[in-house]
Amino acid sequence: MPALVLPTDDVSLDDVTRSASALRRFLAGLPGVDQVGVEKRAAALATRSIKRDAKLFALDLAIRMTDLTTLEGADTPGRVQSLCAKAQRPDPADATVPAVAAVCVYPDRVGIAREALEGTSVRIASVATAFPSGRAPMSAKIADTQFALDEGADEIDMVIDRGAFLSGDYGRVFDEIRAIVERCADTDGRRTPDGRAHLKVILETGELATYDNVRRASWLALIAGADVIKTSTGKVAPAATLPVTLVMLEAVRDFAALTGQMRGVKAAGGIRTAKDAIRYLVVVHETAGGGWLDPEWFRFGASSLLNDVLMQRAKQTHGVYWTADRIPID
Amino acid sequence: MTDPLLGAGTETTVPDVLTPTWEYAPAPEARDLVTIRSRSGLFIDGAFHDAADGGTFATISPATEEHLADVALAGDADVDRAVAAARRAFASWSRLPGRERGKYLFRIARLLQERAREFAVLESLDNGKPIRETRDVDVPTAAAHFFYHAGWADKLAWAGLGSHPRPLGVAGQVIPWNFPLLMLAWKVAPALACGNTVVLKPAETTPLTALLFADICQQADLPPGVVNILTGAGETGATLVGHEGIDKVAFTGSTAVGKQIQRRLAGTGRRLTLELGGKAANIVFEDAAMDQAIEGIVDGIFFNQGHVCCAGSRLIVQESVHDLVVDKLTRRLATLRLGDPLDKNTDIGAINSRAQLDRITELADAGEAEGAERWELDCPVPDHGFWFRPTVFTGVSPASRIAQEEIFGPVLSVMTFRTPDEAVAKANNTPYGLSAGIWTEKGSRILAMADRLRAGVVWANTFNRFDPTSPFGGYKESGFGREGGRHGLAAYLTTKAA
Repeated sequence: MPALVLPTDDVSLDDVTRSASALRRFLAGLPGVDQVGVEKRAAALATRSIKRDAKLFALDLAIRMTDLTTLEGADTPGRVQSLCAKAQRPDPADATVPAVAAVCVYPDRVGIAREALEGTSVRIASVATAFPSGRAPMSAKIADTQFALDEGADEIDMVIDRGAFLSGDYGRVFDEIRAIVERCADTDGRRTPDGRAHLKVILETGELATYDNVRRASWLALIAGADVIKTSTGKVAPAATLPVTLVMLEAVRDFAALTGQMRGVKAAGGIRTAKDAIRYLVVVHETAGGGWLDPEWFRFGASSLLNDVLMQRAKQTHGVYWTADRIPID
Repeated sequence: MTDPLLGAGTETTVPDVLTPTWEYAPAPEARDLVTIRSRSGLFIDGAFHDAADGGTFATISPATEEHLADVALAGDADVDRAVAAARRAFASWSRLPGRERGKYLFRIARLLQERAREFAVLESLDNGKPIRETRDVDVPTAAAHFFYHAGWADKLAWAGLGSHPRPLGVAGQVIPWNFPLLMLAWKVAPALACGNTVVLKPAETTPLTALLFADICQQADLPPGVVNILTGAGETGATLVGHEGIDKVAFTGSTAVGKQIQRRLAGTGRRLTLELGGKAANIVFEDAAMDQAIEGIVDGIFFNQGHVCCAGSRLIVQESVHDLVVDKLTRRLATLRLGDPLDKNTDIGAINSRAQLDRITELADAGEAEGAERWELDCPVPDHGFWFRPTVFTGVSPASRIAQEEIFGPVLSVMTFRTPDEAVAKANNTPYGLSAGIWTEKGSRILAMADRLRAGVVWANTFNRFDPTSPFGGYKESGFGREGGRHGLAAYLTTKAA
């Protein structure tokens, strides 16, 4: 018997997406999220004490799950190249350190990254659809995405139109996501298990204001076909938080139970220390389940996190802390 | 908007999400944070003494059955001596300005915080509860009670109990083993703040943190005799509560013993407050924030191994979401970690004693025999010590023993309701009335239900939250009198002229 996830039995996602009003009814009918309760649960999970082998496993996993990110107006080709080098070999002195999952850049830097990552397993993720605000005509969003895909992006990190979402126009958000899903479906030869470009949908939870909205936006993106739901652009505070990520993990867990389809979560922005990363992994482990402890199903979007994880990993393997000068700068 | 799943998801199957793939390494708290004296005396008149007849008894770790210490067994002569010391101390303690009494209580509160890790480790060892709970709940909440009541000590005239409320005298206090330090704090802090002196008897199976608290009284330079601690068994408690030299009895424990005490004190003029058993209803409506309701159910019945008088041991769930709740609950329970109480990742510790384990086992077996469907956590259980797997009964009839009797263990009985009236009727259908929980996103329903539930504490969208500012106590066979808040002060004050 499939696991039950929603108070309403026999949800058919076909019915849900038949009209904008059906979609709105479904999203409004999702069980609420109690703010006090979810924050208490996240805080309790954050007290888990991860030591020795369990810590080393978590640190390596955190590296393998990292989307090493540079999203600055001032990004130079040289900076992207050095980021790509670091992505493949985070610690030049230690070959046992795994490569990260992906580098994440703006569309016009995808070409540079593609050259630098030729022949490696490190994927190229590109933000698109008028990142970070999403305030552009649909034609521009599609062109933005298509450009990144043509340049060779393996993964697209799109932003949703928060204005449309907050005004209740879920149909419009759905249609926009769907349009990008179709562009991604129409690709091949990418470094993903199925060769197709994968889509991460950024909810920008810092602008959604309530956990109820986070839950609705998560389901909306999942129903529309997102491979991964992502917390934040990193350009808005607050970015990723533990309780927001927990709510999103509940959504992918329940979506998997309902449809049999695995989807992922990406926590992006504000995660800077290995200790933070381990807390997120505990939440993944005890909310969605051990099956999500895989770079295909959980990612960290971060720039400085990797350096702290490398420091902690060195401490765990060599018994002493390194000076920060031993960690290559980005 | 057709073909909703176009291009979505890879051809993967849903993994087995329940099998842990990431084993947390053991993370034990350092046991040597606390030094356990192999032999402890009775704390009378500011100093430790052996029992007059030299009697002792052993206290063990329920997680390993390891012998922890021998403590003195107080007899009648020791009770006499302690009550006399408390009486002597009362003369000066009760005349101390409230501000000065408050200083002692603040000092005790700060010392509890400073020595929090020591208390947490010792409580886990002696009681069997997880260090996560002693560290995050028991010890900080105990300190909070002292801070709160320290603040009241010089403001009693403004507590709404008359302009010159007076202390009662010597309080005889008997506390249970489920929250040894916290129950001590609930009893001692208000008594002292109001100007009373106390003779306290901790539970037989958990005397050690009370003795460490005696250390703190010495460290705080509390005047001798203000706090006296007599370790012992049921006999000691019976002698204490029946002693003619005391003015007030405060008891937390079983309803059966509470009734004996009330009979004993009838007609003596001595004041009494009782905080007894419970069989709380945790009511889940179909519109509840479901994932948080599941957490609340877990907190309600599996916190402290279910050794909680206000535990949400009866889950009363709207029938339309019964299967959903049970499904989500059992999946959540599968993540609970049972084992070494000193491991920082342990969620479920040991049952406090063999006697309690036997009682839980008997009632759970009765539930099965009565036809309820039994589910229990599939987890290994240590070879030594007293352990009981978290258990959920579905299809429980309101007439069955597991729906009526207090189990005081990690056992949840699930029943259903159709209408709010039926929920109220089922929730109130118990001799007890200590606490209840309501889970709904509808505010008006919370208020309407809270009005009709006969329980001293009603939690809405949370459970088992304790705060010194909030009065706690029961209806019906759950006892009378309140602890905490302004109401709690009334149990230790009189407005009569001296």
